[in-house]
Amino acid sequence: MDALSLAGQTLLSPMVLFFVLGLAAALARSDLTIPEAAAKTISLYLMLAIGFKGGVELSTYGLDATLVRTLIAGVALSFMIPVVAFFLLKATSKLPPIEAAAVAAHYGSISIVTFVAGTQMVQSTIGSHEGYLVAVAAAMETPAILTALLLASRYRSKEASDAQSSGTGHSQGELVREVLLNPSVVVLVGAMAIGAITGEQGMTMMKPFIVDPFRGVLCLFLLDMGLIAGRGLRAGGRSLSLPVVLFGLYMPLIGAGLAALCLPFLGLSVGGSTLFLILAASASYIAVPAAMRLALPEARPSVYVTLSLGVTFPFNLTIGLPIYLLLAQAITGG
Amino acid sequence: MQTHIKDRIEIVIEAPVLERMLNLIRKAGVTGYTVLPAMAGAGSGGEWSEDSTFTEAQRMVVVLCITDPSRTDAVLEPVFRLLSRHIGIVTVGKVEVIRGERF
Repeated sequence: MDALSLAGQTLLSPMVLFFVLGLAAALARSDLTIPEAAAKTISLYLMLAIGFKGGVELSTYGLDATLVRTLIAGVALSFMIPVVAFFLLKATSKLPPIEAAAVAAHYGSISIVTFVAGTQMVQSTIGSHEGYLVAVAAAMETPAILTALLLASRYRSKEASDAQSSGTGHSQGELVREVLLNPSVVVLVGAMAIGAITGEQGMTMMKPFIVDPFRGVLCLFLLDMGLIAGRGLRAGGRSLSLPVVLFGLYMPLIGAGLAALCLPFLGLSVGGSTLFLILAASASYIAVPAAMRLALPEARPSVYVTLSLGVTFPFNLTIGLPIYLLLAQAITGG
Repeated sequence: MQTHIKDRIEIVIEAPVLERMLNLIRKAGVTGYTVLPAMAGAGSGGEWSEDSTFTEAQRMVVVLCITDPSRTDAVLEPVFRLLSRHIGIVTVGKVEVIRGERF
């Protein structure tokens, strides 16, 4: 498949079009909303479905060296990408260092929805991928937060750190526990464990619930994401300077480029390689913002949430995904 | 009917910090409280609404508690320390309650 037809197929997929519909509706100030409880349920459904499918695949193929290598590479990237992002932001923007560290954490962590959209693109173009990459996604959620805290600690006054710890009575260890046990990680990892335990028999039972409706539910979720991204851009767009917006566009490509350096050593298929690049390119907007509000309250959420959800997520969904597929094909020769 | 004068503490705080806030007020001896969701608002950081946020990082909640005036300072001190670094509003007002022994 050539680049143009791949880009056309991605851009004209129902997922992207529903996202664009939501974005356009929000920017046009439509009252369209999806109730918060419904959006949360849909989000949990997606995590459960993708985690379960990954677990079933793990039970079929077992733990192999490729998975172990990919896990190690993914965790290393999650630790390292925030360092690159932080110094790029410091060099190109006027963001205060602590805010730059908070933004950087988002780019080291991952967006599970971008990953899910990527799996749909891979399935409709190449056809197959290593389902157990969902374990890599879960492992890449948290390390970036630790890197960001280390980066921020260099610029934080002792008084500020003391004031926070004495005010809350909570340690950084407690923060890590809260992040590791955030709902998306619990459902993702839990569903993967259940999928691994029940295997193909479990999949036969669950298929009508987690396979057939999956794409429709994803479209509904992306409609909501479009609405939220559009409203976030309207409310928080003024907090973003041009260098910061540009960062939101080129940082995913740098993340994917760093992951591409690992590909020759991992032994993943083209589909798996594409998803690995997508993980490194995506930016968190669920787990990391909540962690940053607790750990670095000086940083403004209107900057990091708007950038991650309003700039990087739409970029990855529309332009990034086909680029990462083409890059993976070029490297793996698929 | 006889009523009793108590302090009603109202804390508007960002949702991620809620659990920490509740721990602090419990430790200060508050035995009852109510948490309410906030739908939208505006402050020095600009406007927000629950429709424009995907994560609880940008949501606010309201904690209401009624306490005996003798305990109010003990509640407010840790609350202020926590809020000094987070978005939030604290107000204290006098209210009359019917069952004074409960607060």
